[in-house]
Amino acid sequence: MARFNDANLTTAHEIIARYPRPKSALIPLLHLAQEQNGYVTDEAMRQIAELVGVTPAEVLGTGSFYEMFRFEPTGRYLINICGTMSCALMGARELLHAAERSLGIHAGGTTPDGLFTLHQAECQAACTEAPCLQVNYRYRFKMTPEGVEQLIDDLRAGKLDDEIPPHGTLARVRQHIPSDRAVGAVDPDDVVGPPAWIPVTVEGAGS
Amino acid sequence: MTSYSWAPGFVAGDRPRIVTSRFEFEDSFTLERYLATGGYAGLRAAIARPAAEVHEEVRSSTLLGRGGAGFPAGVKWGLTPEGVFPRYLVVNGDESEPGTYKDRLLMERDPHQLIEGCLIACYAAGLSRCFLYIRGEMALAQERMATALNDAYAAGYIGKNILGSDFSVDIVLHWGAGAYVVGEETALIESLEGNRGMPRLKPPYFPAAIGLYGKPTIVNNVETLSNLPWIATNGAAAYTAIGTESSPGTRMVAVSGHVKRPGVYEIVNGTTTFRDLLYGEEFCQGIRDDNELKAFVPGGGSAPWFLPDQLDLPFEGRLVGAAGSMLGSGAIMVMDSTTDIPAAALTLTRFYAHESCGKCVPCREGGTWLMRILERVVEGQGTTEDLDLLLEVGGSICPGSMPHAASAELGLEATPFPYRMTTICFVGPSAYVPVHSAITLFPSEFAERVAPARVRTRIPVTAVGSAQ
Repeated sequence: MARFNDANLTTAHEIIARYPRPKSALIPLLHLAQEQNGYVTDEAMRQIAELVGVTPAEVLGTGSFYEMFRFEPTGRYLINICGTMSCALMGARELLHAAERSLGIHAGGTTPDGLFTLHQAECQAACTEAPCLQVNYRYRFKMTPEGVEQLIDDLRAGKLDDEIPPHGTLARVRQHIPSDRAVGAVDPDDVVGPPAWIPVTVEGAGS
Repeated sequence: MTSYSWAPGFVAGDRPRIVTSRFEFEDSFTLERYLATGGYAGLRAAIARPAAEVHEEVRSSTLLGRGGAGFPAGVKWGLTPEGVFPRYLVVNGDESEPGTYKDRLLMERDPHQLIEGCLIACYAAGLSRCFLYIRGEMALAQERMATALNDAYAAGYIGKNILGSDFSVDIVLHWGAGAYVVGEETALIESLEGNRGMPRLKPPYFPAAIGLYGKPTIVNNVETLSNLPWIATNGAAAYTAIGTESSPGTRMVAVSGHVKRPGVYEIVNGTTTFRDLLYGEEFCQGIRDDNELKAFVPGGGSAPWFLPDQLDLPFEGRLVGAAGSMLGSGAIMVMDSTTDIPAAALTLTRFYAHESCGKCVPCREGGTWLMRILERVVEGQGTTEDLDLLLEVGGSICPGSMPHAASAELGLEATPFPYRMTTICFVGPSAYVPVHSAITLFPSEFAERVAPARVRTRIPVTAVGSAQ
């Protein structure tokens, strides 16, 4: 059941078709698999390998480089607490301790009920709003230890489900390129000469 | 001097605005608002002219790249080899330099401006496909960009025969998955090809010549491209009338840390000083609790630190370089007198050690060594030997003299930027920069922290913890 469902398989084919070479779709497809299953399963990696024409080991080889891909069951809510300079200067450590106390786990762990995974993360590009954290990559700015405890209570009670989708879902809007507008991807080796709006020079090579 | 609840962190002011001109509107990310405020006029103006003319306009605007290196965009576009096609545009939206955020705001608040910038770049430089690479952790930016792309396609601004012309280009939304090093342009290309995001060796892999799929590729930063609609609409002369000759236009700068009002500001390029930014009424309004300023990082986590001695320097690349640092990605992090300097340096060194891709040995091994030794020092377990060891390990990443700021108190003269490096990209040196700055500018804080070297106390760094 870890293979793509029908809707996601259609999406996967759409994504692959946008790239001049199918392997470029590898990271977007890993996200799609993680969105469907909450983490990246071995079966998903085998299917992605078939879809883009590489070996499953190559899929894992690429995927394991990137922090966001999880290869084991992960909490419904992944809490990433920033620990880089601006947040550290403004009290990130206290946030992490509050979260550890409240959840009863250390950074890196998942609660036994499978609801929460806690990580200390690196810079989240919200440095003026320090200290900050993300839940499933949705921001919480200028947090306090009390705010962290409240956030965890609210998440546990399902109060934020409208705003924060389960772990794995990034953008809830997908790009859709309408077929009547698409230029289409061409294998780079099949392209000869400049694009239509670039004048061809005397030698016929384009400028 | 206003903030908007819909743009947390951004602070508007009574200054020229180029890229943040729509931030005052809550619905600035919609196509309706974009069109109502002059949107896509730059594209129309551009495609009415020959591509070479538009390229020349951008070249004469001296628009400098906003990703970190500050290379002029118009010159960069001209580096593609003549007659070699296809050429690609890769948009670097993988913003993750500590202290930096402006690209995220630009994507969340004005996605159509970026799209229009991409289109103008593609038209001017003959780039036939555009890949918009957004940092994976920026879910809202991805949603806003996806919506904007869908709307722009439907309205005929992207795709085949744009606005009825013979200009045709697709913009493909691509997103990363959490790797700082992918902000380096050759690593970004590797990642876009579906590989581990490891930088390529330059030469020969200069993207303009051998980039995505081995074809000529222009990699531009989000903020750089977001300037193009304004330049295409108003012309290069209007652009160079703002700022200085070597650094025209405006820049987005994020100031964070121990200031009264941290924020992201669009400032006039080249003239605004660090004192203006940190103490000015229009900007950060001083240090929190009216404490003394101890030090600040002037250009993102990779930049050598400055002292109060450097406050009167303007935000201008060459001057800051001569003074021993760099402007990088436009991020200032401020430390007040209460800051534990070795611990602050550790937060940055840990970041870069963690983000090493593992390709170059001096970075992979050296970054972790620096982190471990510094941890030991911060925890009070270090010796004077450790301080020498830090400089020795750092010297294997950056041999020779390291850039640093002048200090009247210590009698130090500035050593100008840049450094030499034994690694392909800047991640390795960036792990060493905070260590070197902290030890050089605050030697007493380290001296207080360490015990005298004992006989045979050279503790093997690998004895502490695991590799992670």
